Amino acid sequence: MNRLDIRDLRVAVNGKGILNGLSLQIGPGEVHAIMGPNGSGKSTLSHVLAGRPGYEVTGGEVRFRGEDLLSMEPEQRACKGLFLAFQYPVEIPGVSNMEFLRTAAESQAKARGESPPTAVELMRSLRQIAAELHLNPDFLKRGVNEGFSGGEKKRNEILQMSFLRPAMSILDETDSGLDIDALRIVGEGVTRYIRSNPEFSVLLITHYQRLLNHIVPDHVHVLAGGRIVESGDRSLALRLEAKGYAGIDTAS
Amino acid sequence: MSNSTVEPSIEDRLNRDYAAGFESDVEADTFPPGLSADVVRAISERKNEPAWLTEWRLKAWDIWTSMPEPEWAHLHFPKVDFQAISYFSAPRSQKDGPKSLDEVDPELLRTYERLGIPLHERAALAGVFNEDTPARPEVAVDAVFDSVSITTTFKDRLAESGVIFCPLSEAVHTHPELIQKYLGSVVPQSDNFYAALNSAVFSDGSFVYIPPGVRCPMELSTYFRINARNTGQFERTLIIAERGAYVSYLEGCTAPMRDENQLHAAVVELVALDDARVKYSTVQNWYPGDAEGRGGIYNFVTKRGACLGQRSHISWTQVETGSAITWKYPSVVLRGDDSIGEFYSVALTNNLQQADTGTKMVHLGRNTRSTIVSKGISAGRSQNSYRGLVRISPAAAGARNHTQCDSLLLGSKCGAHTFPYIESGNPSATVEHEATTTRVSDDQLFLCAQRGIDAEKAVSMIVNGFCRDVFRELPMEFAVEAGKLLEVSLEGAVG
Repeated sequence: MNRLDIRDLRVAVNGKGILNGLSLQIGPGEVHAIMGPNGSGKSTLSHVLAGRPGYEVTGGEVRFRGEDLLSMEPEQRACKGLFLAFQYPVEIPGVSNMEFLRTAAESQAKARGESPPTAVELMRSLRQIAAELHLNPDFLKRGVNEGFSGGEKKRNEILQMSFLRPAMSILDETDSGLDIDALRIVGEGVTRYIRSNPEFSVLLITHYQRLLNHIVPDHVHVLAGGRIVESGDRSLALRLEAKGYAGIDTAS
Repeated sequence: MSNSTVEPSIEDRLNRDYAAGFESDVEADTFPPGLSADVVRAISERKNEPAWLTEWRLKAWDIWTSMPEPEWAHLHFPKVDFQAISYFSAPRSQKDGPKSLDEVDPELLRTYERLGIPLHERAALAGVFNEDTPARPEVAVDAVFDSVSITTTFKDRLAESGVIFCPLSEAVHTHPELIQKYLGSVVPQSDNFYAALNSAVFSDGSFVYIPPGVRCPMELSTYFRINARNTGQFERTLIIAERGAYVSYLEGCTAPMRDENQLHAAVVELVALDDARVKYSTVQNWYPGDAEGRGGIYNFVTKRGACLGQRSHISWTQVETGSAITWKYPSVVLRGDDSIGEFYSVALTNNLQQADTGTKMVHLGRNTRSTIVSKGISAGRSQNSYRGLVRISPAAAGARNHTQCDSLLLGSKCGAHTFPYIESGNPSATVEHEATTTRVSDDQLFLCAQRGIDAEKAVSMIVNGFCRDVFRELPMEFAVEAGKLLEVSLEGAVG
């Protein structure tokens, strides 16, 4: 069974079609990258999958682990194991990272009928992940993304992912705004999680090839005009980087 | 398809559940509505007060009749008809003053039991309000029901340390010298319209005296309950901390749910002598009215502390979630050199509630310091105003104030307003004012949802985070209560 199965998805914003019949299947343990020019619908796809309000689904269906994803509330999708690493993580002042992640872990455990992590398990796990991402343990006491640098915010997304242990992650332009060192740390963090979770699937949304040097995709797709217009292996990304999106048929 | 549905708005999902809204069936002895010098005399007579106190009340009555109602606050409500209110109501069984617990009407005991207020001293060992609290501290309680005190716990134990904790009406007889010396010394009868009214008709409240050098061995608390219909509550509290004394005092309040508005006009006076410290905490949960703004308490309160002594220290911490109208500015007059005044406030308004609340820090002594942390949360169609005065007198060399004033908005139909007044008369003083206004954004709620946290839990978490700086000032069992209260007040808050 596919982990994520998108069939002929059509999405509009204010009556204007943004995704126009997008189909994509991602199996367990697969890493897919979606690339495309600005305005091709990349971020719309990630938002619709995660359930952000404001999008009108006009056709098609999406199944996640065999279930109808689009009928679920955003928090249900999260509890089923779908994680979105945000392109622009927002701040929640006064709510510490620790408190936030404890609440998230408890909510998810409750939804799945599992017992929530104990305080000791929580601390141990978070400390270890923070260290792997080169984050000071004090980071856990700070407000969620409050006063974080761009690189810290993105590392925090990977920390949340590694802690919440999703079945699938959508990384929405996680490379944007990162310098070379931060990009490497983020890339290593994701790769570490992929290696230790063979069933974990990834949908990487990116503008540039450079993230794919750190997180190696099994499949690369080109999104243009709200549809996948070309699919291939990693060499497709390298070709795009060399030649740009100019040769892509965006009208189809 | 769910992505096409518009999420219910914050307003749609705001509803509050007021657990304290029940009414107790108690036979009461209530004055007919109306206010006059005769009513003032009748209250004084009912309490068997000495002549000086009757005169004191009548002087206040004279002042009140010549005063205009204040209209400067950012509050809009129909004028109160002072002649339509009854100024005294006591459960008939309490006619002869507070009794031992065995003699208290069981219906009254049940009322406090339902509110979670322990009136049995043995039960009180389990801690006030919250049986889950691991610390299980001892708290002495004075329970005031409408115009009278029902009972006061742990009086004997407190007396062993020389601490006096009793109804003010009792202290008038047992400690007249202290009452005569301090009553009205911090909030004079002429202070303001509502303080003058209170001085004329005040019913009951608590009296606390901590002798020199004594650290009060337990938390003291007064629980105010309005029950009778068409009745105002006018309690008066007086706390005196002698040299080097320490006391932490908690105040809680609730009222039944009623369609009509009820008036509450209290006065609280705190006195701190050299090196004394008074920590006064309030969780105000008067009935706020329904979603359409029907009913609820009009809360016009004058609270002031006088740091008379050197190095004295007074802190006000308040969590205001109730009342239809709140008009309240707990203040500190910093007379003694090196004295400290603090004000920590969370004010939450929802539906059609209106709050105009803040503080006054009046710096008179040298090197006096004050801290103001105000957190206003507005939801529904409510209006929430912070109004604060920092006055540095010419003599207050080296005085310092820091004010942090933050507003949090939920939804788009509420209002947050800030009215800071700063008067600095000494060039060596330092006054700082910081203010922020933020909104609980859809992006924040979506981030929470994406991590598995539903909207209700997310709002509660965000609001608690916003209030953290104030909650950490509350005694632990009160902080737990305050957090829960905010959660209930915002139940189903956001979509």
